[in-house]
Amino acid sequence: MEDWVSIGYLFSAALFIFGLKKLGHPRTAPFGNQLGALGMLVAVVTTILSMQLAGGAEWILIGAGLVIGSLIGYWLAVKVEMTGMPELVAMFNGFGGAASALVALSEIWKYLENADTIPTGLELTVTMVAAGLSALVGWMTLTGSMLAMYKLKGGISVFGKWIKTPTWGPSWLNGVKVLLMLSVGVLIYLSIGEPTNTDYMWGIIGISCILGIVLVLPIGGADMPVVVSLLNSLSGIAAAFTGFIIGNSVLIIAGSLVGASGLILTFIMCKAMNRTLLDVLFKSFGGSGEKASLTRTKVGSDADEVAMMIDGAQKVIIVPGYGMAVSQCQHQVKEFADLITEKFDTEVKYAIHPVAGRMPGHMNVLLAEANVPYEQLIEMDEINGEFPDCDVAVVIGANDTTNPAARSGEGPLAGMPIIDADMARTVVIIKRSLSVGYAGVDNDLFYMDKTMMLFGDGKAMMSQLNTAIKEI
Amino acid sequence: MTPELLIGNITLFILAIFLGFELITKVPATLHTPLMSGANAISGISIIGALIGANVAYDAQQTVVSGILAFVAVVLAMINVVGGFAVTNRMLNMIAGKKRRGA
Repeated sequence: MEDWVSIGYLFSAALFIFGLKKLGHPRTAPFGNQLGALGMLVAVVTTILSMQLAGGAEWILIGAGLVIGSLIGYWLAVKVEMTGMPELVAMFNGFGGAASALVALSEIWKYLENADTIPTGLELTVTMVAAGLSALVGWMTLTGSMLAMYKLKGGISVFGKWIKTPTWGPSWLNGVKVLLMLSVGVLIYLSIGEPTNTDYMWGIIGISCILGIVLVLPIGGADMPVVVSLLNSLSGIAAAFTGFIIGNSVLIIAGSLVGASGLILTFIMCKAMNRTLLDVLFKSFGGSGEKASLTRTKVGSDADEVAMMIDGAQKVIIVPGYGMAVSQCQHQVKEFADLITEKFDTEVKYAIHPVAGRMPGHMNVLLAEANVPYEQLIEMDEINGEFPDCDVAVVIGANDTTNPAARSGEGPLAGMPIIDADMARTVVIIKRSLSVGYAGVDNDLFYMDKTMMLFGDGKAMMSQLNTAIKEI
Repeated sequence: MTPELLIGNITLFILAIFLGFELITKVPATLHTPLMSGANAISGISIIGALIGANVAYDAQQTVVSGILAFVAVVLAMINVVGGFAVTNRMLNMIAGKKRRGA
């Protein structure tokens, strides 16, 4: 590698480091993202220039690939609804993992077709190990991310029929995961001895694809964001391994940066749910367990009743959940908050559970889209102390994140921190039915005497409520 | 590849991992999704490897199939990179843009 190319890559790696650092603070985050993009531009331009100077580049092919990829990526990013964001991030992530694995495969393919290029000694060992690991992590990221994407969507439409994405994971599956992992290790070892044996190569690819699926299959509901974050970390590691094969410093640095920071983010998310990463990966949770059958009933209220009760409330805390994302009612929620602030002079705040929705920060993004002032969004730990002084807690499509059963120390929700909505003087819950949430645990909050249920779609109910308030 | 080069690469790998651990310490929940998405875009760095691999005609070692594989990698990596940065930018504009106006 020429000196100036190495310096270009160093510059780009520095931009990635500053970019990631700045992405962690609200004020500097947009600039951090731009720094990251600039770093990528520097790396690409450096590579293309060096290819051109080294004898020429295949402009049509390379240009076509760059343009096609850019257009598809940009189109997807611009077109996506805010609620579809988690799925899109999962999909991009899968593509990133696949790209790393394909580069590794492309290197190996040279050896298959042209035995003269097979390296010897140390280089052969490093190449085969790195290629095997890159394939393992890359293909696993692809299949895992694709499954995660369809799990976040809830299902897939095949010939007009809606097929629900399954969540399935008996405990013996953990043994299978370990076994598959080990067998990839063995195949990598064997492939060093026989680099041209394609059976090993296809074996590694096949097993890695299966591994991605069995890893994500048992995981459901609230744990999904954690898995997407972990897969994100893995796709970085795949890029780093690919860097070892082609001996490229910027791939190694950027890949391991993403791998490590992604892992930290994964731990932060686990901590928010009071779960360990091992629990998430190896103890099936959410959706797969026996769901409690509903034996209790609760009489629903209507919008007028709730509106009258809110008239006179001094403090209202809104607790949004996944239901708000599904029904896209964030604008109605904002309208509701404005109405009661103006009409009844009520103080309005929003209680944000760290894992509400399908992604950390999901609620913040949706509410920001509806122009809710940032200062009104309060994180769980800070707002929980305010519920005893709160006249009405309005829970919109949230379930597990408000379930008092989490405090009992038993059942699947045990120990998960929750929003203390049940401490409010009155609780209004907007939900389609009394059905259980992802954890499969019945929610006592619904049946409390001070709870008023508004059964229905979030958007429809919020609109009715707003109309009722206007009429008061 | 010399052992020195390999050790150099492993050093880069390990140090970058430590750096990555230190970079992200306290992140407000608001930024979890944008941060994940931004980091994901950076993992599209394998575009560099894909570009080099797709330069078939100018690399005597390349074959047609390995070139095709690398070409597909260019497209996928580019979707990841451009889509990732664009979608992160969209999210952040919403969050940070509102904040500025609200303050």
